Amino acid sequence: MQNTNYRDNPDILSRQSLNKNASEDISEKIVATILFACALVSVLTTFGIVVIIFQETFSFFQEVSFAQFFLDTKWTPLFADRHFGVWPLINGTLLTTAIAMAVAIPLGLSSAIYLSEYAQPQVAAILRPAVELLAGIPTVVYGYFALLFLTPLLRNLMPLEIFNALSAGLMMGIMITPTVGSISLDAIKAVPRSLREGAYALGITKLETIFKVVLPAALSGIIASIILGISRAVGETMTVLIAAGQQPRLTINFMESVETMTAYMAQISGGDSPRGSLNFKTLYAVGAVLFILTLALNIVSHWVANRFKEKYE
Amino acid sequence: MIIATTINACSSSEEKKSQVSIDGAAVGFPISLAVAEEYGKVKPEAKVSVASSGTGGGFSKFCNGDIDIAGASRTIRDEEIKKCKSKNIQFVELPIALDGIAVIANRQNNFVKCLTIKELGKIWGGESDGKILRWNQVNPKFPNENLKLYAPSSDTGTFDYMTQAVTGKAKNGRTDYTATQNQNLLVQGVAGDATALGYVGISYYIQNQEKLNLVAVESPTGKCEKPVPVDNVIKNIYTPLSRPLFIYVSKKSLDTKPAVKEFVDFYLENSWKWVDSVGYVALPDEAYVKVIRKFASGETGTKFKKAKPGEPITNFI
Repeated sequence: MQNTNYRDNPDILSRQSLNKNASEDISEKIVATILFACALVSVLTTFGIVVIIFQETFSFFQEVSFAQFFLDTKWTPLFADRHFGVWPLINGTLLTTAIAMAVAIPLGLSSAIYLSEYAQPQVAAILRPAVELLAGIPTVVYGYFALLFLTPLLRNLMPLEIFNALSAGLMMGIMITPTVGSISLDAIKAVPRSLREGAYALGITKLETIFKVVLPAALSGIIASIILGISRAVGETMTVLIAAGQQPRLTINFMESVETMTAYMAQISGGDSPRGSLNFKTLYAVGAVLFILTLALNIVSHWVANRFKEKYE
Repeated sequence: MIIATTINACSSSEEKKSQVSIDGAAVGFPISLAVAEEYGKVKPEAKVSVASSGTGGGFSKFCNGDIDIAGASRTIRDEEIKKCKSKNIQFVELPIALDGIAVIANRQNNFVKCLTIKELGKIWGGESDGKILRWNQVNPKFPNENLKLYAPSSDTGTFDYMTQAVTGKAKNGRTDYTATQNQNLLVQGVAGDATALGYVGISYYIQNQEKLNLVAVESPTGKCEKPVPVDNVIKNIYTPLSRPLFIYVSKKSLDTKPAVKEFVDFYLENSWKWVDSVGYVALPDEAYVKVIRKFASGETGTKFKKAKPGEPITNFI
């Protein structure tokens, strides 16, 4: 290191006292490089997945036209009478997701409101980890729980098929509740106390304060949590594979069995279809649709989070 | 540093020579697993890895030269043969066991005792899609009740074989049935649905006999036959709904790795002992003799591709 006049240049003084000697300087660089490489791995993996999905999808569309894929209403690529209409699979995904969100949004939001606004700190200290524990249960367990417990229970009430969108969706809703709950809880907690106190000072009740002041202020975080919940539901595989069945159907009847995009992909990748055949390429075409759908959700979530962000101070 | 790597590479290639790897169909996988375990007892130094990533996944690795043996619940397809050829991989096709397809109904069902192949074709064929929805449409003698169908999903060998056997064309199945790859779930479905009909591999029926009714199938001789006792499957009395399961052995591995030949010899000579216990049906005795002879001769290529459902397997070895 060169000799410098510290008094003339205090900036160099501080930098040099940080990098005491050359060897430390090198080790810093090595650490930075390793960390950069780690970050690079995930970027490259994503890149690799995207390249492969779209490469195979491209070759899929050389054999099957866009019209066959997007205008047909039947999905039977593995039958003698082949149809490649992707809508039944998209329908299955949207149906189970809608049911899941109908459970997860009210449950997640209510528990977030309770934990932040009503619960005693001691109660919250126990409840919050308990709710988040749900997120740690493997999804295959949820799937079998839906199939072997929830479905028989619901069958006492209505004529459900053994595989059905309803119990898969309900189960998925319970599974996603912690995702929606804990992110919106953070958003609600981030609303400054002064806003609530201002509302109380105006004589507004607690309930009104929550709905008219706190929730609107936390809206961006809440919407982001919901969209994250939706993309989890869309991407969920095991639960729907086990509990919703494998029958692609264009239906909104939640009592019937449906097949989601993810369940179809899981089915093909473990099955007997020859690799490289058109049957197998359907996997990538469906994967591409799924990829675009979740990407769109992520973009919307980013946009919403920025658009509705309320800034304080 | 360089020396160390070469020594490593050397010993690892030496190690590879004594390794045997199998991958393939989930149906039949338990047989290979049982054989590999028993082989490990006899030859503790042997390294046999068994995996099940589906017949398609198995052949994909097999024709790439990554594994020595592919387990298959169907015969090799043309595109797979082509792929193998492009990598210069020849194969020896060996049937190792039979799987019977059991037609099952709910315990409460008291009218369906026996079905003809024609009736099964009407129930499961692609032409019935959305049309044959009630039992009396299948046969006027049956009551006017809902016909609910449960069967393995369309990417399984069982589905291919069943459609081939009852409609004469593989994959020519209707699409409006409850499908899953997990046959235990089919058993659950049929057991819980009074007017249901389904079909599963015989082991799934045997494990759940008290929950299900087994439906007999009319054989070409006009008699109603059931796949239980399994002797009916072995002797090809229960026909045409039984199919052979295979292993495909790479000729290249056989020529370069003595461990593979040793293992397959052991497999062919002993697997019959454990076939029942893992839920499949042994081959007839004369078939084992022929399979062992075929393996010794090292004859490559597929003969079973031409076999029609129900034809005795000994004709194709």
